[in-house]
Amino acid sequence: MDIVRKRKIESFVALTLSTLAAMSGLFWLVFILGDVLIHGIGALNLGLFLEDPAPPGIEGGGLRNAFVGQLLITLCATIIGVPLGVLGGTFLAEYARGRKIARIISILSDIMVSVPSIVVGTFIYAVLVKPLGHFNGWAGAVALAIIMVPVVLRTTEDMLTLVPWTLREAAFALGAPYYKVIIQVVYRGAAAGILTGILLSIARVAGETAPLLFTSFNNSFFSVNMNEPISSLTVTIFQYAMGPYDSWHAQAWAASLIITIFILMLTIAGRLIIRWRYGKR
Amino acid sequence: MPLLFKKNPVDIFFSVITALAALSVVVFIAGILYILIRESSLSIERFGVFNFIFSTDWDPVRESFGAATNLFGTAVTTFLSLLFAIPVAVGIAIFVTEIAPNFLKGPIGVAIELLAAIPSIIYGMWGLFTLAPIMSEYIEPALQASLGKVPVLGILFEGTPMGIDLLTASVILSIMIIPFTASISRDAFNLTPAVVKESAYALGATRWEVVKNVVIPYSRLGIFGGVVLSLGRALGETMAVAFVLGNNHQITSSLLDAAATITVTLANEFTEADTDLYLSSLFYLALILFVLSFITLAIAKIFLLRAERRS
Repeated sequence: MDIVRKRKIESFVALTLSTLAAMSGLFWLVFILGDVLIHGIGALNLGLFLEDPAPPGIEGGGLRNAFVGQLLITLCATIIGVPLGVLGGTFLAEYARGRKIARIISILSDIMVSVPSIVVGTFIYAVLVKPLGHFNGWAGAVALAIIMVPVVLRTTEDMLTLVPWTLREAAFALGAPYYKVIIQVVYRGAAAGILTGILLSIARVAGETAPLLFTSFNNSFFSVNMNEPISSLTVTIFQYAMGPYDSWHAQAWAASLIITIFILMLTIAGRLIIRWRYGKR
Repeated sequence: MPLLFKKNPVDIFFSVITALAALSVVVFIAGILYILIRESSLSIERFGVFNFIFSTDWDPVRESFGAATNLFGTAVTTFLSLLFAIPVAVGIAIFVTEIAPNFLKGPIGVAIELLAAIPSIIYGMWGLFTLAPIMSEYIEPALQASLGKVPVLGILFEGTPMGIDLLTASVILSIMIIPFTASISRDAFNLTPAVVKESAYALGATRWEVVKNVVIPYSRLGIFGGVVLSLGRALGETMAVAFVLGNNHQITSSLLDAAATITVTLANEFTEADTDLYLSSLFYLALILFVLSFITLAIAKIFLLRAERRS
């Protein structure tokens, strides 16, 4: 009887510790989000979106340039990265299905997803900044696009693979060429999944700072010229948070809040689409 | 696989386009490697490989550079963060797969994914303004008063607790990688066939015994893959540590000292590098980081693939 008791106690202790671990995970999430919310909300005001930064040390001003710059860079990155990723995923799941090359590219993409983003930044600096002689918005967009491609490519591949092969055979039997089958049958079947992949990849790059530090750099003036240095929220947060002024810190918190809400909404939207389309996972 | 597309010219065109898009990933990887080697060639010629890796110099004025201090910072923060993160992450995975009632599994899964989605710069901000003061006022003095008094171990906690140090950076890093490790361990746990677990229960095993003797051994490869993947992530994390590490090039025995990692050095000094050799040395650091993390991630991938194939 004694051994049974000991085993039960051991089990209880171990399971309690696991439960505590899970609670600590929740604790950090609540702590961090709550902290960003509290600090951020206090600093939110209309001027933040409508005004450009005041000179350093002077109160007031906003981050209009950073919001616009961030949107512009993310948009350009999406325009470059998403087609590459979707088409690449199509190749792996359709034309090269089951081939060795598909497997190799798939594995390389998985690795590429986790490659340090700052390395991508240094690469783009050497390719797009140094030869031109100045930082520019395109370099930032391309750096983000490079980070997006493997994410979109892998989700597209997975989602296309989920479309039953018999569906394609039905279309082949009607005499449709493969490209028509892909565009009209397979893409339709996998649209929700591909969209999720795109949303998640945007969420991934919208918070990236490291690849922008020495590509699009920063610009304290309003600019929509992608050939010039352009401001982004994340780089501004880094600069402001490390800076000496309290007003800068407050604005950095506000920017953090906006970017966190944006990214969490994208992530949740992606999850909801998957749940709605593919049922409970 | 019937090669139907060969018959139609549009199909040939479409297949070539998609193939080129897929190859872009290979081009990126090869391009990064080639460009980084080309850009760092000046520094490689000047300092060599071993000299650079083992030299603790980082002196822009005398133009003498070495990677040892950066590698030291990267190694310490990565090691400590894994040390903190792995037990918690495995605990979360056990809770989600074996303990939690069904209505809790969803919310905790979502919470972990949200934690993973928060951008690293937010972790960095939070670390600088919230965690660092807590560390310097409460946790680090407490550690000095307790563990700091133990001989030998005390060396780790010498100095003035400032909050901007290796320990704080490691704590933030560990919070960041917990979600990765947890979700991969959870997936690995879920691969254990229910029948095997049920047989153990039928023999009278307690829940913990099932986890310890059936689930964990069964999903060993997956957990290991997850840990190595987290290692790869931690190696290359920049913004979360850039705020709280202090970018001080030194090898120190105390965890309460500022230090520098490869990523922090790159983030802080890349735009300030005023000479060719300085910039080239920074590219050299980036090259080392790329190679290190690529190898680590490839190993993780091999383990995860094996774990998948086994089930």
